[in-house]
Amino acid sequence: MFSFESFLDLPLIWYALIGTAIFLYILLDGFDLGVGILFPFAPTDRCRDRMMNSVAPFWDGNETWLVLGGGGLFAAFPLAYAILMPAFYIPIILMLLGLIFRGVAFEFRFKAEGKSRRIWDYSFHFGSLTATFMQGMVLGTFVHGVAVEGRNFAGGAFDWFDAFSVMTGLALVAGYALLGATWTVMKTEGETRDWARQCARYVMVFVAIFMGLVSVSMPLMNSAIKELWFSLPNFYFLQPMPILSIVFFVLLWRDLRNDQHEFRPFFLTLGIFLMNYIGIGVSTWPWLVPFKVSLWDAAAAPESQSLLLIGTAVLLPCVLAYTGYCFWVFRGKASHEHEGAY
Amino acid sequence: MFSNLDPVFLARAQFAFTVAYHITFPAFTIGLASWLAVVEWRWLKTGNPIYEQVYRMWVKIFAVTFGMGVVSGVVLSYQFGTNWSVFSDKVGNVLGPLLGYEVLTAFFLEASFLGIMLFGWNRVSKRMHFAATLIVAAGTLISAFWILSANSWMQTPAGFREGADGLLYPTDWIAVIFNPSFPYRFVHMVTAAYLTTAFVVGGIGGYYLWRGLHVRHARIMLGMAMIMAIFVAPMQLLFGDMHGLNTFEHQPAKVAAMEGIWETEQGAGLRLFAWPDQIQERNRFEVTIPKLSSLILTHDINGEVKGLTTWARAERPPVAMVFWTFRIMVGLGMLMIATGLVALVLYFKKTLFTARWFHLWCMAMTPSGFIAVVAGWFVTEVGRQPFIVYNVLRTSETISPVAGETVAISLAAFVAVYGLVFTAGAYYILKLIGKGPEYEEEEAYGDHGVKTPPLVTDMAAETGGKDV
Ligand code: HDD
Ligand code: HEM
Ligand code: HEM
Repeated sequence: MFSFESFLDLPLIWYALIGTAIFLYILLDGFDLGVGILFPFAPTDRCRDRMMNSVAPFWDGNETWLVLGGGGLFAAFPLAYAILMPAFYIPIILMLLGLIFRGVAFEFRFKAEGKSRRIWDYSFHFGSLTATFMQGMVLGTFVHGVAVEGRNFAGGAFDWFDAFSVMTGLALVAGYALLGATWTVMKTEGETRDWARQCARYVMVFVAIFMGLVSVSMPLMNSAIKELWFSLPNFYFLQPMPILSIVFFVLLWRDLRNDQHEFRPFFLTLGIFLMNYIGIGVSTWPWLVPFKVSLWDAAAAPESQSLLLIGTAVLLPCVLAYTGYCFWVFRGKASHEHEGAY
Repeated sequence: MFSNLDPVFLARAQFAFTVAYHITFPAFTIGLASWLAVVEWRWLKTGNPIYEQVYRMWVKIFAVTFGMGVVSGVVLSYQFGTNWSVFSDKVGNVLGPLLGYEVLTAFFLEASFLGIMLFGWNRVSKRMHFAATLIVAAGTLISAFWILSANSWMQTPAGFREGADGLLYPTDWIAVIFNPSFPYRFVHMVTAAYLTTAFVVGGIGGYYLWRGLHVRHARIMLGMAMIMAIFVAPMQLLFGDMHGLNTFEHQPAKVAAMEGIWETEQGAGLRLFAWPDQIQERNRFEVTIPKLSSLILTHDINGEVKGLTTWARAERPPVAMVFWTFRIMVGLGMLMIATGLVALVLYFKKTLFTARWFHLWCMAMTPSGFIAVVAGWFVTEVGRQPFIVYNVLRTSETISPVAGETVAISLAAFVAVYGLVFTAGAYYILKLIGKGPEYEEEEAYGDHGVKTPPLVTDMAAETGGKDV
């Protein structure tokens, strides 16, 4: 049986790969969940048609990154998967139910006529909202750790529910809404775009507030995190992250105040997400189940990690290439008609 | 209130419900994707707009079904962790990479090119659109390859060792992936999906012909579906038989349950009907064809078939469930073969497209594939019990440390949500069928009460002769 264990730190590589997959999920499904969050607030049905069309060809591919995140965790770190999934049982199920409602809305909404279309508008909205909020709560619970005994989760069914995780839940709702709004600015025109731009300005205030709150409460809640960020020389190395976040924020604020930039706001928002994501990664390093199970403890057998690594090395670039191709095919502005015309 | 509920039972019920729900969609989309590829290829090759109209009608139905398949599938990939976390921990080393490969080789492919297939008409060339259809069809087959390999490994595990820590470790990947039951299960499932699709498409074609609607389109649907039934339904019997022989070798207790045989017998008979009684260890109301079971399973009329009493009670699967679902599947398979034969006779009598009773029959057969597929999976999965990995891990030992009431509530939520979504999906699909293919009025001679258009024989030759 082959294994690359002798010359590669396999768990570390897999940590980076799964981290990347989850981040791509957050960005990609983030913008379509964000579109769903803003959906009922759009001024007209025509705007809603455009917004939905702008994500319809992509949502399935985007959601597949979530399957890769979960499947990858199962494959590369089965122990972490086995502890975390029961710990997040209720929020995960609620997230999945939310994703069901938003996923079927794409097809059902355009098949529905008259009043029943409203049902799917709301199914899209509440589905996206629930999924996002639950993802945020999972993130919050993850950061402050779960109870573990032996190789099993040992806490209660509602351990995931506290003030901090509610806050991270709301923070993610605001964050995805910002992604959705800037995506809409980029992919639509006229009334829809102008509304989305205004929306983004409003939402970004909430994003800033929540980012501030989370950044303050994380070190307060956990002394290890405080130690990590505020001891020297770490403090200097880690400075670029908050500073870049602030720079991105300022640029975003300026871009949203004039009509010239339609693409930049979206990419600046991606930048803000990246900084935050790295920040969380640094705070929880090297834990996969924070403060209990490290990425080396949770790793699958080297043979298993090696086998999947070969495939990933070949296939992931292909996946990225054809995903890029599909985004390129549907470049430009979305129309409000359903078929044929994008 | 729920404290006396058994979490193992609930988790099994929840998994069985969600996976049985899920499989109904792939059973249809795997076949439909391949069929759409054939239809589009015919269109590109002949330039006949009827094919395009048929394609455009069915691709909408495909989109609805595919969407439901995706959302229910995402649930499954997380359920391994939420409900079977100990299982995930113990077999992750072996099954994890297989599921990982499924995502990388299949799910991304399907999901990405589905966008082009549905929305890309004006954005890519016809050939690129056809390529997208082909890629989606290939993706569904690749997905089936990996997930069935994973499932087959749980049925007939191979290429692994048990570590001192109780975890399973792979020792030979080729043996893991191509485990003894995999080739049979893969072929049997793919043909099952093709048959399921054929009977849906044929049923709708039959419905249009019966009502005298969209006649030219309906002939393509019914014609192609019946070609499938004529050739593939008998093949399924053959594959199923080979699959059963393989199971007889590796999981004899399952076969004893399928056959309803309690005591080991030489020259065992085939029970056509029986009521297995698990407590008294015998069948009631048996109707038996002498010696046939032995003949099928051992190719010797006096061959030995082991009975269920060979195994301790705790090692036996639930018999009645396996026994009955097996008969449902095989029974429907026989009806499919009969349908194909009748279609062949009608085709030579040149009345395939006019025999209204036959169109009614095809309508009745529309759900047969779904029922057979779910029944088949119940045979396989229930027959594997009480093991989750056959003879290696017991189902009851691999459940998550989650309270019964949590599982009960989430099960209720799944039932409610799936019921709702399924109803809505079925409603929209029926609406699409009601609407039928879209085309210009002057082409539509079949729509104005003309039940027997002039070109019956030509059309029959065209659709029957060259399509596949
Ligand atoms: C890769 C794994 C895998 C695959 C492809 C399938 N199953 Fe399965 N099935 C399981 C893995 C599994 C499992 C996790 O191993 C379960 C949970 C409890 C158990 O004993 O096995 C199970 C149980 C289970 C049960 C309950 C049996 C019982 O507890 O008595 C049913 C009825 C099905 N499955 C049905 C299906 C259907 C309709 C499938 C078609 C998609 C299917 N299974 C595919
Ligand atoms: C119990 C194990 C199973 C799991 C964990 C599972 C998982 C999944 C997931 C996560 C998806 C969605 C992928 C996406 O986002 O595009 C999916 C879809 C799909 N699955 Fe399953 N699946 C299981 C059983 C099966 C079986 C047995 C088959 C076929 C033989 C199958 C065939 C498919 C296909 C073809 C799709 C594409 C969507 C569709 O056609 O509706 N799956 N599955
Ligand atoms: C015509 C005669 C048929 C025979 C003799 C037959 C035989 C079998 C056997 C023995 C199994 C269990 C294998 C095992 O678990 O070890 C099985 C499973 C199954 N059958 Fe059939 N079958 C037939 C028809 C059909 C039809 C018509 C369909 C669907 C359209 C179908 C769909 C399935 C499915 C989905 C499974 C579960 C997956 C698998 O184990 O392959 N079968 N069949």
